[in-house]
Amino acid sequence: MKFSWTRVRAIFHKELRDYRRNRFIVYTMGVLPLIFITIPIIEIFAIPASAQLSTRAGLPLLYLLIIPAIVPSTLAAYSVVGEREQGTLEPVLATPISREEFLVGKALAALVPTLGIAYLLFGIFFAVVALFANSVVASAVFDRSHLLVLLLFTPLLAGWSIWVGIAISARSSDVRAAQQLGVFASVPPLAVVVLMSLKVIDPTLALALGLAAVLLVFDGIGWRAVAAMFDRERLMTGARR
Amino acid sequence: MTSANEAATDLLAPGGKREAPALVVDHLTKRFGPRVAFSDVSFDVAYGEVFGFLGPNGAGKTTTVRTLGTLIAPTSGRASVAGIPLTPRNGQQIRARISIMPESPGLYLRLTVAENLRCFAGLYELADAGGRIERALKAVNLTERANDPCGSLSKGLRQRVALARAILNEPAVLFLDEPTSGLDPVAAREVHELITSLRARGVTIFLTTHRLEEAERLCDRVAILNTTLRLIGRPDELREQLFTRNLEVRTHAPLPDPGRVFAGLKDVESWQQTPSGSYLLAVTDPDAAAPGVARALVGSDADVLSIAESRHSLEDVYLELIDEDVEAKRR
Ligand SMILES: Nc1ncnc2c1ncn2[C@@H]1O[C@H](COP(=O)(O)OP(=O)(O)O)[C@@H](O)[C@H]1O
Ligand SMILES: [Mg+2]
Repeated sequence: MKFSWTRVRAIFHKELRDYRRNRFIVYTMGVLPLIFITIPIIEIFAIPASAQLSTRAGLPLLYLLIIPAIVPSTLAAYSVVGEREQGTLEPVLATPISREEFLVGKALAALVPTLGIAYLLFGIFFAVVALFANSVVASAVFDRSHLLVLLLFTPLLAGWSIWVGIAISARSSDVRAAQQLGVFASVPPLAVVVLMSLKVIDPTLALALGLAAVLLVFDGIGWRAVAAMFDRERLMTGARR
Repeated sequence: MTSANEAATDLLAPGGKREAPALVVDHLTKRFGPRVAFSDVSFDVAYGEVFGFLGPNGAGKTTTVRTLGTLIAPTSGRASVAGIPLTPRNGQQIRARISIMPESPGLYLRLTVAENLRCFAGLYELADAGGRIERALKAVNLTERANDPCGSLSKGLRQRVALARAILNEPAVLFLDEPTSGLDPVAAREVHELITSLRARGVTIFLTTHRLEEAERLCDRVAILNTTLRLIGRPDELREQLFTRNLEVRTHAPLPDPGRVFAGLKDVESWQQTPSGSYLLAVTDPDAAAPGVARALVGSDADVLSIAESRHSLEDVYLELIDEDVEAKRR
């Protein structure tokens, strides 16, 4: 049978509805990003005009990148084990859905809200900087390489967190443990971006593109690995086997 | 899809799909590591039949349903489901033509009844989802609750939603795994009535239960499973099959020498004294044996209170079987 976007859509819509009515998830999706946008805004206003502007202005952007790395990991980590705990996994897997359709539906349901939240918060951040920050600082923030890093790395970091999160979720028997592990696992690719933002690694355009390509490959591998690792029997019984 | 289907159907019955059984299970076994969930199970189920799979907890009923539903792979043996051979490649096709109502309803509790069904209509890629959902809800008398969140429903109502979800795709074979377990008698009766009405519509149903009277009441045929298949047949046949017919003789006082009284009778195969003091005579035909027994008793001056056929209920048969297994395991 060929890949069915109808089935992917069914999972996707169901997930979004469920998220919206899940207090824990609404709280996580609301509060975590708030923290990671408040800190960079404070940072920006704390920068003295004489400081090494580019480096100091890069740091707040880093906080912003934590949003796409961490927000979807909570969602993805919940995705399989959450359904297993509710007993809803079995009826879903008993339908004609293929594991690829199931996983893509789950991944998109984590990715789309993440991108929405992340880009919204970036918008708010830049608006605040443009309107209220010292003009020297503002121009350092609006550096082209910063913007590129943000735009490019947001979906790529999210992709990584999602596949790692789903993989952990599928092997877990406990939602909380899965979520903690998921957050932890979303950190490594962030580290590279950190080094770049702090200019430990020189953030040339070529390097950024190279890193993005590597991350893209990792996302692809993550998807294939997750799809290959988990057959129906595994998804249903999880860590029990 | 069609070619694989036809090939499968040809294999089973040259005449065409309808004549092929809905389920063919052939020496099927599932092990989880060293643990045997079920072993060497074989049976057929015809289209339109309600087939009961009866066994105690841990007998392997759920694992059988999951295996036939392609959720887990068998360790060995063969099967065909809705005319399609059970192979890893055919999983999706098989799942499109069946549905499973699992032991726990597994509803999205934060979603409404209609939202739950809409999700599954999408997963089955059903055309006219709205109409199907409406008909399924009507079939389980839940039209009024369509917009209630499933979390607000009672256990019995949730079970009905799960049943509506299971008939949404008009499955060729409907698997019901312990559909009434944990329900109060009223809710259980409602589910029984729904199953009876599905049966009347010709839906093929594979129903597991650990409750004998449920199997007896709802099913055309019953298989008794306890890791291996013990017995299979119509409820009345099963009773007949395991029914060693007995005459029970009650006397006012114990017989001084029962051996002498019963031994010479040609219709009596054996006799034993029950703990309550009555005598149980194994006979081939109670009606033929009774007069001779009565004469012998009178002849030996016994004070006879009653001579009656003692009936085994299917329940006795079932318990006896399960007991044998428990004892066999203890050994
Ligand atoms: N995923 C699994 N891993 C290991 N053992 C299992 C698994 N599922 C079921 N079993 C075992 O298989 C046997 C049959 O279980 P099950 O099919 O659930 O029985 P029933 O539904 O008749 O109560 C039990 O001994 C059970 O412990
Ligand atoms: Mg069971």
